[in-house]
Amino acid sequence: MATKIESLTKETLLEWYREIVLIRKFENMCHHLYFEEKDPARKITGVYLHLATGSEATHVGAVKALGVDDHVITAYRDHGIAIARGVDPNRVMAEMMGKRTGTSGGKGGSMHLADRSVNFWGGYAIVGGHVPLGVGIALKEKYVKSGSAVLCFVGDGALNNGYFHEAANMAQVWKLPIVFLIENNLVGMGTRIEESSGQTNPVKRAAGYGMKEGPSVDGQNIVEVYEAVKAELDWSRENGPVLMESRTYRFEGHGVSDKQFDARDDLKGELAIWEARDPINVLADHIKKKYKNIDDELAKLDTEATQVVNEAVEYAVNSPAPDYNDLIANVYVALTPEYRTR
Amino acid sequence: MKNLSMRDALRAALHEEMIRDERVFLMGEEIGKWQGTHRVTRGFYEEFGAERVRDTPISEMAIAGVATGAAMAGLRPVAEMMTINFAFLAFDAIINHAAKIHYMFNGQFTVPLVVRAATGWGNQATATHSHTPEPIWAHFPGLIVGCPSNAYDAKGMLKAAIRDENPILFTEVIALYPKPSPIPDEEYLIPIGESAVKREGDDVTIVSYGRGVEWSLEAAETLAKEDIQAEVIDIRWLRPLDMSKTLASFKKTNRCVVVEESLPHYSFGSEIAAQLQEAAFDYMDAPVKRVSALDVPLPYARDIELMALPNAQKVVQAVKEVL
Ligand SMILES: Cc1ncc(C[n+]2csc(CCOP(=O)(O)OP(=O)(O)O)c2C)c(N)n1
Repeated sequence: MATKIESLTKETLLEWYREIVLIRKFENMCHHLYFEEKDPARKITGVYLHLATGSEATHVGAVKALGVDDHVITAYRDHGIAIARGVDPNRVMAEMMGKRTGTSGGKGGSMHLADRSVNFWGGYAIVGGHVPLGVGIALKEKYVKSGSAVLCFVGDGALNNGYFHEAANMAQVWKLPIVFLIENNLVGMGTRIEESSGQTNPVKRAAGYGMKEGPSVDGQNIVEVYEAVKAELDWSRENGPVLMESRTYRFEGHGVSDKQFDARDDLKGELAIWEARDPINVLADHIKKKYKNIDDELAKLDTEATQVVNEAVEYAVNSPAPDYNDLIANVYVALTPEYRTR
Repeated sequence: MKNLSMRDALRAALHEEMIRDERVFLMGEEIGKWQGTHRVTRGFYEEFGAERVRDTPISEMAIAGVATGAAMAGLRPVAEMMTINFAFLAFDAIINHAAKIHYMFNGQFTVPLVVRAATGWGNQATATHSHTPEPIWAHFPGLIVGCPSNAYDAKGMLKAAIRDENPILFTEVIALYPKPSPIPDEEYLIPIGESAVKREGDDVTIVSYGRGVEWSLEAAETLAKEDIQAEVIDIRWLRPLDMSKTLASFKKTNRCVVVEESLPHYSFGSEIAAQLQEAAFDYMDAPVKRVSALDVPLPYARDIELMALPNAQKVVQAVKEVL
């Protein structure tokens, strides 16, 4: 049975609020450090930076549905998912700045965050490439009969790549414990879902694989996302994969190189509609309806989130850059296993 | 000691490793119920069951990608590509994922994956099914690439590959599957990145891998009758590339022929030649000569197909040109 909003404690709702706000501020800070920051020592540089503003409820709600021994894997729009899964924002920001203290030692960058210690298996920059990896992790969990499951985010654009097709089918053939969560923000880079997909209702594709057609949820409503993902994860542990959808939106362009978003008036109109359903406001309204005189507490969480982000920036700025030894490290696992002596 | 074909030696290696380590499992097209396209996994499905001998759909991207994920998560998958020609579909999964993940996430994940693939030109298999493309794969740091030249090496190399923590492309020359070598009863492993001298000689160094070693040894026999003593080096692992034996030999013979079943441009031969001139320029008495397939897609018609391919006679010819 799905958990109902009534059974969520005040602490939980406030914690979710804090994280959603934190991620929003973190992303806005990344935007600032990339576009406006003048000091080269504080700037985020490079060509790729994919912000997830607008999708926070989808990211946090889904990740919170995971148990500690469950797994999550995603594509390059990964900052919020990392933070929601408990990766230290300091280390996420350090990765943005290419520092040795970053989650990937400064070698992965914004698109390749990962933290093995919390079963966050990473962001991946080749569209679709992470989908079979998620299926492989699910295979392992079924192989050892652990009862753990995998949450695999999939973009609406990624659905059209061969990786998804092959991995989804294989997951179904082997009844692996994985939830494919289609993060449907209606567009892949600049191509709308109607322009890229014959079947524009993503969950309908499940039938083609004989897979469970999961629900389509309102991705701006964290409670709805959480409940649905939790229920589907639990179903998948016993029964196999599920294809479900969270309908959400990108408040920014595809990435920092995407200029068309500002240029297209039709998109601005759509943006306004979605901004009216900002996931932060949707959750704040829930909370306010439920608990009287909560405004001060929410304001306090806002302030705290700002502090965390500011601290993360200072941590990253003051962290050392990787050096030559880091450059050549970890190409291979050292070739010194026991077999050499046997 | 018993004589085993390379097919059975590989089968024995897989079998021993599956018995030794429960985390080792196989996945690939037709490997289970159908007993394996090349019969390397004959009987495994009956013995180990469907969990450990996993028949897959025709999904090369997912075979490599799912195996990579399972390896990251702690299993020891041995994935089979029916032939290396189909591994091109999985190029991204192997190169952009398996081979990069350890580095890209700064050592957080390891990918103890072996991708086995049958390689080499067949009898009139034609352009799409005749690749011997190990050098392309060996281009990329992060991946290990090995290709045995005989049954004995095949067993020891595959066992070492399965125990290694790195992603490995392990190719098996189809034409060598039936060829036997004596295999000891006791266990042995051939370390990754160790080349071997397969025949000693003072007049010329012949460097090769895979099927080329067979042609090289055959050529050396012919040359010996004319009192030309060729030293034959089997590189065995294209990456990491062990140049030590080749260099030592070259410093003695001062002449080198590289023999490869694959194509000449940007090739195995190019790499060996480049490394020799960098490391041993002062020892060179002649240009390094390459014996490769002709620079064409392989045709169907038998006569012109054979014309395009290396053989022992071409190796003999090349040796005479550098003497
Ligand atoms: C194999 C591959 N092809 C193309 C690209 C370039 N590319 C990067 S993101 C993207 C759009 C993906 O859209 P979607 O899956 O909907 O994810 P979203 O960005 O909306 O989160 C494209 C085409 C890529 N990274 N990898």
